[in-house]
Amino acid sequence: MEKVKLTIDIKQEQQKAQEMIKKQGRRILVCASTGCLANGALDLIAEFKRLGADADVLTNDVKMSVIPTGCIGFCEQGCLVVVPDRKLTYVHVKKEDVSEIYESLKNDTVVERLLYVDPALNKKIVNNEEMNFYAKQTRTAMKNCGIINPESIDEAIAAGAYSALSKVLEINDQEYVIKEIEDSGLRGRGGGGFATGKKWRSVYKHQGGKSYVICNGDEGDPGAFMDRSVMEDDPNKLLEGMAIAAFAVGADEGYIYVRAEYPLAVKRLKMAIKAAEERNLLGSNIMGSNFSFHIHIKEGAGAFVCGESSALIASIEGERGMPRPKNIHMAECGLFKRPTLLNNVETFANVPLIILNGAKWFASMGTETSKGTKTFALTGEVNNTGLIEVPMNTTLRQIVFDLGGGIRNGKKFKAVQIGGPSGGCLTEQHLDMPMDYDQLTKVGAMVGSGGLVVMNEDTCIVEVARFFMNFTQHESCGKCTPCREGTKQMLAILERIVKGQGKMEDLDMLEELGQVIKAGSLCGLGKSAPNPVLSTLKYFRDEYIAHIKDKKCPAGVCTALKRYEIEADKCKGCTKCARNCPVGAIEGTIKEPHKINQDKCIKCGACKENCPFKAIVTK
Amino acid sequence: MSDKKTLFINNVEVEYTDEKTVLEVIRNNGFDVPTFCHRPDLTQFGACRMCIIEQDGKYIQASCTMPPREGIRIETNSEKVRKIRKTILELLLANHKRECLTCNKSGNCELQKYAAEYGIDEIRFPKLEEKDYLPVDTMNPSLVRDPSKCILCGACVRACSEFQGHSVLGFVNRGSNTRVEPMNGRCLSQVDCVFCGQCQAVCPTGAISIKSDIDRVWEKINDKTKKVVVQVAPSVRVALGEEFNLESGENTIGRIYAALRRLGFDLIFDTNFSADLTITEEANEFAERLTKGGVLPMFTSCCPAWVRYMETQHPDLLKHLSSCKSPQGMLSPVVKEFVPKYYEGYTKENITVVSVMPCTAKKYEAIREQLYGETDIVLTTQELAKMIKSAGIDFKKLKEEKADSPFGQYSGAGTIFGASGGVAEAAVRTAYYYVTGEELSNIDITPLRGVDASSRTKDTIIDIKGKQVKVRVVSTLKEAEKSIKELKEGKADFHIMEVMACPGGCVNGGGQPTSCLDSTIKEKRAQGLYSEDKNLEYRKSHTNPDIKKLYAECLGGKPGSEIAHHLLHTTYMDRFSGSYKDIK
Repeated sequence: MEKVKLTIDIKQEQQKAQEMIKKQGRRILVCASTGCLANGALDLIAEFKRLGADADVLTNDVKMSVIPTGCIGFCEQGCLVVVPDRKLTYVHVKKEDVSEIYESLKNDTVVERLLYVDPALNKKIVNNEEMNFYAKQTRTAMKNCGIINPESIDEAIAAGAYSALSKVLEINDQEYVIKEIEDSGLRGRGGGGFATGKKWRSVYKHQGGKSYVICNGDEGDPGAFMDRSVMEDDPNKLLEGMAIAAFAVGADEGYIYVRAEYPLAVKRLKMAIKAAEERNLLGSNIMGSNFSFHIHIKEGAGAFVCGESSALIASIEGERGMPRPKNIHMAECGLFKRPTLLNNVETFANVPLIILNGAKWFASMGTETSKGTKTFALTGEVNNTGLIEVPMNTTLRQIVFDLGGGIRNGKKFKAVQIGGPSGGCLTEQHLDMPMDYDQLTKVGAMVGSGGLVVMNEDTCIVEVARFFMNFTQHESCGKCTPCREGTKQMLAILERIVKGQGKMEDLDMLEELGQVIKAGSLCGLGKSAPNPVLSTLKYFRDEYIAHIKDKKCPAGVCTALKRYEIEADKCKGCTKCARNCPVGAIEGTIKEPHKINQDKCIKCGACKENCPFKAIVTK
Repeated sequence: MSDKKTLFINNVEVEYTDEKTVLEVIRNNGFDVPTFCHRPDLTQFGACRMCIIEQDGKYIQASCTMPPREGIRIETNSEKVRKIRKTILELLLANHKRECLTCNKSGNCELQKYAAEYGIDEIRFPKLEEKDYLPVDTMNPSLVRDPSKCILCGACVRACSEFQGHSVLGFVNRGSNTRVEPMNGRCLSQVDCVFCGQCQAVCPTGAISIKSDIDRVWEKINDKTKKVVVQVAPSVRVALGEEFNLESGENTIGRIYAALRRLGFDLIFDTNFSADLTITEEANEFAERLTKGGVLPMFTSCCPAWVRYMETQHPDLLKHLSSCKSPQGMLSPVVKEFVPKYYEGYTKENITVVSVMPCTAKKYEAIREQLYGETDIVLTTQELAKMIKSAGIDFKKLKEEKADSPFGQYSGAGTIFGASGGVAEAAVRTAYYYVTGEELSNIDITPLRGVDASSRTKDTIIDIKGKQVKVRVVSTLKEAEKSIKELKEGKADFHIMEVMACPGGCVNGGGQPTSCLDSTIKEKRAQGLYSEDKNLEYRKSHTNPDIKKLYAECLGGKPGSEIAHHLLHTTYMDRFSGSYKDIK
């Protein structure tokens, strides 16, 4: 292939942008992503601007600028204010704190009270780099998230955006790009873990006419928000990754399928596409080459199943989002019956750095079969919840106890639900397992899109299984029998069990149905729907049996199995519980120990909450 | 052939060539697997998962969507797949309104059949409670929709969209709340359903069934003050036998006449006769439009589903429709008007006309404002079969009888009305005579024949004394819509268009015995009609002596006369404003 001389020198553009950023002086980064926005980040920014840190009015004597950024990942601690050159991170910042921060930055002092306290060390962290949450991460896909202003294409260019695309267009060799991706060992980050290079090659083989590149941004797992973060916080990286993919497979049109519930992502993607097209970094004849690529945004209506590739395509085509049989491969006959490449947001976001740093660099991270880094949404009962990106050989223990800072309130670790409703349960015995596609599949879980819900001893595992089954049942598209009817019956059984009406045969039935649904369903949603139940049945069978045989919920969560009792020796007969009971289930005379009539009790817990003597216990 | 490949089914090596799915290979080689959602004439869907097989002892796959691959080993009946199928059946039955004994489709229901075959004697899941039954839609004259019996195989949804391009039915909701419904949960009569009944024809259960008029017919037969006259449509004769284990396409009309007499009908006429009458009028109308500069192209009007489609979707084009009534619509008023002339004891008031049709939309046609009171009751082929069975008539052993005169004799042109292309062919045979005064020499117009999926639009040019008359035949409304689009864009290049809404025409009508599992059935039925045509004494409608007699004695001597217009022609109305499009 002959090299192409481009009309746009991206290095020059990058230098220009960097110089512009230098003029901003000290950068004060305020997270302006969904979580922090809800906590009032816009007020903080306005306050900083009022005090004089205004990046929009750049004069030579500007000392400080406030920059609204994307998500830094530490959502638990929002609003977050980061000062990169001082390596400072302030947490839980309120509008009233802004002037104090501003003054301290002028005087190079530190506002001690707003520093983050490491729960393990019980120590205030003055230097960012000492924060386990950040120090243990390796950010590639999310490299710029929380560091740049996602609404400014200059900031993205300064951080290196479109350099990889420029490199690809200059070399002008599709084979080279595909080879790099193949050699990097990148696997689909959307859940299945299919080899990305292999996928690209099969679409490449069918090039010739019209082809499409689709980005799957229909992130529907409860508790997962990695893709949202990339789309909101560094949209240009996604666009660049898609453009490189389009070049490699010979496509000239692309769709980003985003959930309509992500309005900020939609807004920022639209802004980024417009800005990139204006700069000729996307659109027709990109950077003066022969390559053209136009991207459209398609907003999904919020059906979980539309994250499934064939349902997603049906949805873009304007049909009901129902999976189609996959006897004809999408690489040959996909969107509008044309060859189509469909990858997840994070997969595309990994592409530019692989091109810039080389396949070897990427392959040096991770395990034998799972290369690179993976983002996870760490939620649940850990001290530090938020977004993390770690190499794929990181163990669950490192994630939960180092990055996550251990279990909240010193409770005991019980399990982790990985991969959302399609994934499975990991327990203590898996703590030292790396987060690798194949290892997780072996134990009945999956990386999925990367939701990690950490559970402590107070979590009822049967209730968790019921929750996820309820989710998949409602989100099933209703097309194939095993998924539609099977999940309904599984849910009904689980509902009986948490109410204490289960029978031992129910457990066999759950397993039988689980196998039928797994084997018989049409699409990935159905095939993985029983995972949470099957894996919890495997590791926590005792807990199921306790619900059925002893009519007890060991974690004390299942309302129907709770029993409120008044300990006679502690009860002073103040009658407060009786007065608060909405159904009049508490009997007794004043100054005498009271009693709960179990037949009447609706287990609302009002008595326990109101007892001044802690005399009411649940059993 | 060199491209023959082999694979193994249950350890038997079998050859395959161009089969698209493993299911086809299985069925072509003497094996079978159960299916609900698979219908050869519809697109692959892969929803019911009953056709799963085990591949190479490892993978469970749905055979209906799996392409065959050289050398793979398929188990159609392994323990694993049997277990999954049983569970699927149990799951479906758990959520099914199990009123089998009183169900319209009892005995003809695939769910019932497989439940029996698989020995489902216990359903381990809670029964669907009566309070959760969904409302039954009985508001239209043709079809009954009982959503609680629906197993969501999507065959009706596909039939409506792929045959008629109409998508009256669609999926709504998600998960276990998923249902098939017309828009906004309306009744079929409240949307632009054309009542073609193809949804019913492909439905494996009793979720959509034919609205039965059997009891109404018995009531009339038993009423001694009534004279019940029956007419039988062309394609009924080649399909009814299937219900009595006769070959598809076998012409049983002689036995049908005999059966109808035994059922107690007073006079038996043949709709083929009035098909000849329709052609006589329609060819005359076409010849006039052609020679005197009338509105062209002219559309045929014998398919009630098509007529309703035009009225609801394209009222601006109604002038293209022939004003002729359908054969059913013509015979009924003729019977009521003229039978008293030939038979004693018959009056216009005491005659009840029953028609036996391959069609559910004919039930709707009979209650159209313009035709109301002419045809009293419409039975479908399926309903007639039920009546014969319940009357204890051994259909196979019946001796052939003849229809009653004067409306019993018919030509070959009348008989081929039942297949797509037949009306146009019959019309051409007669129109040629009307325009030229001469008889057409080669009357087998083969380019217009064929009822398979590849011949849904057929074109030919007939040279009528130097004038090149372009004839188009379409079956399914989806195809018709394409021609209408051409017409609206000014690109229509044909003079006359025959439309039948059912794929392949009336032989495959929504009221015929179930034929959706084998796409060759409709071809055999059409063959039955064409071979009768070949062997008949008269093969052109205008040569039918009874037609000539009718015109001479009753209809003012010639087609298009005033009385003919009064009895045999109709008007259409704009139903667009009443259609859902206008409802805000």
